[in-house]
Amino acid sequence: MNLTLRVWRQKNAASPGSMETYAARDISPDMSFLEMLDVVNEALLAEGKDPIAFDHDCREGICGTCSLTIDGIAHGPQRATTTCQLHMRQYEDGDTITIEPFRAKAFPVLRDLCVDRASFDRILQAGGFISVNTGGAPDANAVPIGKVEADKAMDAAACIGCGACVAMCPNASAMLFVAAKVGHLAHLPQGQPERDRRVLGMVAAMDREAFGSCRNYYECEAVCPKEIPVRFIAEMNRDYRNASAR
Amino acid sequence: MKLDAQVPSGPMADKWDSHRFAMKLVNPANKRKFRVLVVGSGLAGGSAAASLAELGYAVDCFCFQDSPRRAHSIAAQGGINAAKNYQNDGDSVRRLFYDTVKGGDFRSREANVYRLAQVSAAIIDQCVAQGVPFAREYGGQLDNRSFGGAQVSRTFYARGQTGQQLLLGCYAALNRQIGEKRVAMHTRCEMLDLVVVDGRARGIVTRDLVTGRLERWAGDAVILATGGYSPVFYLSTNAKGCNVTASWRAHKRGAGFANPCYTQIHPTCIPQSGDHQSKLTLMSESLRNDGRVWVPMAPGDRRSPEQIPDAERDYYLERKYPSFGNLAPRDISSRSAKEVCDEGRGVGPGGRGVFLDFRDAIARLGEDTVRDRYGNLFEMYERITAENPYKVPMRMYPAPHYSMGGLWVDYNLMSTIPGLHVLGEANFSDHGANRLGASALMQGLADGYFVIPYTLGHYFGASKLAPVSADHPEFVRVEQEAAARLARLLSINGKRSPDSFHKELGHLMWNDCGMARNAAGLGRALARIPELREEFWKNLAVTGGEADLNVTLEKAGRVADFLEFAELLCRDALARNESCGGHFREEYQTPDGEAQRNDEEFCHASVWEHTGDGKAPVMHKEPLVFEDVHLSTRSYK
Repeated sequence: MNLTLRVWRQKNAASPGSMETYAARDISPDMSFLEMLDVVNEALLAEGKDPIAFDHDCREGICGTCSLTIDGIAHGPQRATTTCQLHMRQYEDGDTITIEPFRAKAFPVLRDLCVDRASFDRILQAGGFISVNTGGAPDANAVPIGKVEADKAMDAAACIGCGACVAMCPNASAMLFVAAKVGHLAHLPQGQPERDRRVLGMVAAMDREAFGSCRNYYECEAVCPKEIPVRFIAEMNRDYRNASAR
Repeated sequence: MKLDAQVPSGPMADKWDSHRFAMKLVNPANKRKFRVLVVGSGLAGGSAAASLAELGYAVDCFCFQDSPRRAHSIAAQGGINAAKNYQNDGDSVRRLFYDTVKGGDFRSREANVYRLAQVSAAIIDQCVAQGVPFAREYGGQLDNRSFGGAQVSRTFYARGQTGQQLLLGCYAALNRQIGEKRVAMHTRCEMLDLVVVDGRARGIVTRDLVTGRLERWAGDAVILATGGYSPVFYLSTNAKGCNVTASWRAHKRGAGFANPCYTQIHPTCIPQSGDHQSKLTLMSESLRNDGRVWVPMAPGDRRSPEQIPDAERDYYLERKYPSFGNLAPRDISSRSAKEVCDEGRGVGPGGRGVFLDFRDAIARLGEDTVRDRYGNLFEMYERITAENPYKVPMRMYPAPHYSMGGLWVDYNLMSTIPGLHVLGEANFSDHGANRLGASALMQGLADGYFVIPYTLGHYFGASKLAPVSADHPEFVRVEQEAAARLARLLSINGKRSPDSFHKELGHLMWNDCGMARNAAGLGRALARIPELREEFWKNLAVTGGEADLNVTLEKAGRVADFLEFAELLCRDALARNESCGGHFREEYQTPDGEAQRNDEEFCHASVWEHTGDGKAPVMHKEPLVFEDVHLSTRSYK
């Protein structure tokens, strides 16, 4: 099939960007979305033009590197699917597709569709861990953890740190991302000693970055490729209130 | 090149303990005076960087990804082995050790493998303490499953994303050290070369992938944890960014490269759908616990699977390997799939595929149980292929997945360049000629958490290191060479993209040096690779500048190194006149088609020394001595 792409091009963080139009020809429905962009890029290179820069790595939906806002939706139209796992059979011959970077003040554009998500790393550095040095850990079965709680921790831990939640939020809030990490450790006995310190530290770090506030739009949950529920935001708010009061 | 493996004397079970006592220590107050450069932030690099910083060393950690959490360890699905014997089913350190040596077809270094099995249990303890949410039983105990060629249940897992959860644990430990300013993290920063001063590894040259700036970093030791080289085949299960550059540059600066021909082809990957394919997706080996592998009996049978009665199906793994059946090790399962497809019995487009069928499991267990166990994998398969595996069998074909070969290291994980240590998939030591499932995560974390923190201290304690700065003439010279290489890539102004060269290289490697190899094919590849390399340097197209975020330039540099490395891989495969593990030479097989080892002549690691561009590399041998296990023919029948 043949498609028309409208793509955000921007030389670097300091330059203004603009939408450019490209033709994507002879696209197979079995291609992934990124493979379709590979085809377009090979054609651009053959014309001596700069290929479209986009972030990607594992191409199997787990590393969280790929991004893209496709026709206004972070990671595109398919539920619970990262851009790299989106396939062209979702589109029809003649379609026009608009491709932009993840938009948020806290995610500055580096080039074209690549953004800087280092703000996520900085939030985690402010408390997203259990302070245990290597060596001397007790036997792994010494503290039993019931399957139900362990599963809740795992539900939160499934976050791949892609930033779709931020890109889709009208306020560019990072609440779902932060809540997922806080929730993962709050549901485990190992996470209890630092529970208060962690939530206070991470929320403070989030506030230092340019993320907006949560207004319960729930767009984050709707686009999350790992389907992290907003319930973790409620849990984090409760943890934060309790920690602030103590 | 001198190969001294530094294996401690004494009984196997005591070697690591006695070595730990014999090793020199660094005074706690002096540790901060040592700067360690860790390249790579996956399970091996991340765990090493965090653990060394906890001890007090000054650590710089580098990754080309935008965050350390994105390293390719994250994609591991199935699990991590440990000799915990929680299931009371007869596991032990000795059994994990034996299984790993046998699984590697007796081509690994015994003492390293024993140590790996010994520290395996502590890895699980460490991960649980960090908050890794492993699967649990209702009673709160950790759950285990059997995995990839093991007859005990020793694999710990976290849904289908064990790699991500282990990496998040290690990334959290790393984040804590970054937050405390004990680790300086450099993301989107790619190592372009190694700097050796007075015979010791003293630093690296990197390129900032956003600004294009080249930088020189001096330190007291360099640790490479830069993963494997499977993308030499272009199509592989590895991430698109995985590359051989750091290892290859270190090799060209004097590090011996061991057994490059040992590549693992994973049996259960989704088959290629067309020429546009950019990577292959692995489906966890755990599927083989309940799925049955088959092809039609008759060549050319194009009926749809439900129309083929049982009597006309060949469940070839169950037929050939009755005791292991569908759980036969990866090398054997992959080769068997190739055989049946070569006989014209393959299924799907192009006839390169076999069925992995859940019909019987669904009948026996019910669809809900199957969904509980594999639901996410089934969804992933359907997203990629648009076929519903609850209704029609999955189609699978083998794909390059892991490299057992890598930079040679001694028992202390130090390469032939003093001060250069190599961890995880980037080294060669533990998996011999074939890696067992759920052992890669174990090795990466063993190296980073529990081996290098001791052995690096020994290196510092036992060496007299003169101060060196990044302004040393050798640093300046290496940076100039790196800059000249980038300038050359940008100045060719040819017609072909880096990807088109990479695809052509991958195609010829897969055909002539893939799952089955022979002298004629390897000779063909060895003639063709230098021609392709020559064309690359004459006809490459790279747009943009070196001071930009320039993905084409990044790719070009990596492909240039693959084009050199591929030749060494083929040369090694041609020199090893035997079949073992993942290295199958068609000339050397038993009458029933199994790999035929030649222990008389090839019970050694082949370690290659670079002697200059355009010159033939020299091969050195590290003899493999088996004191504890008896060399035997691997049988899974």
